[in-house]
Amino acid sequence: MIIATNVNKQFGKLRVLNDISVNCNKSQTIALIGPNGSGKTTFIKCLLGMVIPDSGFITVNEKNIARDCQYREHIGYMPQISRFPDNMTIEQVIDMVKDIRGKKSGLDMELVEAFGLPALYKKKMRTLSGGTRQKVSACLAFIFDPAILILDEPTAGLDPISSEVLKEKIMKEKSRGKLTLVTSHVLSDLDDLVTEIIYLQDGSLKLHSSVANLRKDTGEEKLNKVIAKIMREQVK
Amino acid sequence: MKKIIKYILIDILKNRIIIAYTALLFIVSLSLFMLEDNPSKAVLGLLNITLIIVPLISIIFCTIYLYNSSEFIELLVAQPIKRTKLLFGIYLGLIGSLLLATTVGLGIPVLLYDPGPTGMTLLMTAGALSIVFASLALLSAVITRDKAKGIGLALLLWFYFSFIYDGLVLLILFQFADYPMETAMIALSALNPIDLGRILLLLQLDISAMMGFTGALFRDFFGSNLGLLFASLVMVVWMVIPSFIAIRKFKNKDL
Repeated sequence: MIIATNVNKQFGKLRVLNDISVNCNKSQTIALIGPNGSGKTTFIKCLLGMVIPDSGFITVNEKNIARDCQYREHIGYMPQISRFPDNMTIEQVIDMVKDIRGKKSGLDMELVEAFGLPALYKKKMRTLSGGTRQKVSACLAFIFDPAILILDEPTAGLDPISSEVLKEKIMKEKSRGKLTLVTSHVLSDLDDLVTEIIYLQDGSLKLHSSVANLRKDTGEEKLNKVIAKIMREQVK
Repeated sequence: MKKIIKYILIDILKNRIIIAYTALLFIVSLSLFMLEDNPSKAVLGLLNITLIIVPLISIIFCTIYLYNSSEFIELLVAQPIKRTKLLFGIYLGLIGSLLLATTVGLGIPVLLYDPGPTGMTLLMTAGALSIVFASLALLSAVITRDKAKGIGLALLLWFYFSFIYDGLVLLILFQFADYPMETAMIALSALNPIDLGRILLLLQLDISAMMGFTGALFRDFFGSNLGLLFASLVMVVWMVIPSFIAIRKFKNKDL
């Protein structure tokens, strides 16, 4: 569904993405991992058209995304940090995104209910805690039932119960054939979630492989051990 | 785009700074009108407020608002909406709320005490300056990524148009004192929206006679319909150009 071909991006002298080519398909849950500053968020932003690559191209559903905005109706995005206008209520923020997407029916309110947001609908964004804002932004990603989900550090700032709720939701969407891209530093969070791993380092794609293969190759069961082993091999 | 404007307005109209700004304008203008017997004198007092406070609040408020919404703008950019439409919607929402603030804060007292052409010119100038400085704010927020730098740039722009520019004009006047500078002065005044507003208002107040020969020339030029048209056109250019550049830059900006 997403095909990136030779994507390059440079901020000043810093090369953030170096010739990245990946292919992501339906029903996959892909973990984007790598050290801080390895280009994960920049890559995600490229997919969303927020950062424009210097060269290379990206297609979503076989359509080039350059200079297009309509393709984004197939994508649900949850950013790393979410801040909303201070004086809007949760309800108004959700309504606004509904209005922009022009989608008023066929909404997936499951996550909204699971997080108990309707009880907070009239609360202003200014008064919400970081975790609650994170919940709102998770709901905005899932509510429109998009075919592709892009989640940047989704469980950061969420309490254990909510992060479990979110993980269950991701699993459920995966079984419905959706493509999910997740970045996270908490590898144990991703353990039974991901099917593929993309490992980025200094803007270069070091590894793209399915978890099953990796487990077989390294002989480790736990994801963080698998990754630790790969990272050690990379250093060598 | 209408949707964006609607929700931005919902947000800003509940903003404490905008409410305080409206109240400040309202109280100051009402008290000035009540203190002076002659409404023209009160308008002269209001002129200074309009030329200093209105641009300052407009540019600073808009810049800070844009920076504070940067994460939200990122979230909206990830939605199926054109970037140009998005930023234009936000810009119109900002302008709408500033105009509402000046209409309520300045407009009601002026309509109560001095509903003549002088009062109208004052209101129009305040409105035009709000838009011009919102436009400049949009530009400074788009071209600088860092919040502190962006607000600094906004303050510098305000400082330039309010004080530095006049100093430069004086310098030029003294340097070229031996030459006829009257027409050049008209051209120079067009390069600063605040000066343009000041000239238009002073002409309405009939104190241009105190400005000597240049004043007479201004009276001759800006007093005519053609001059008024020229002044409004220059104002519109000041509103359009910075915001146009900002929106074009935003189209290709990495967020």
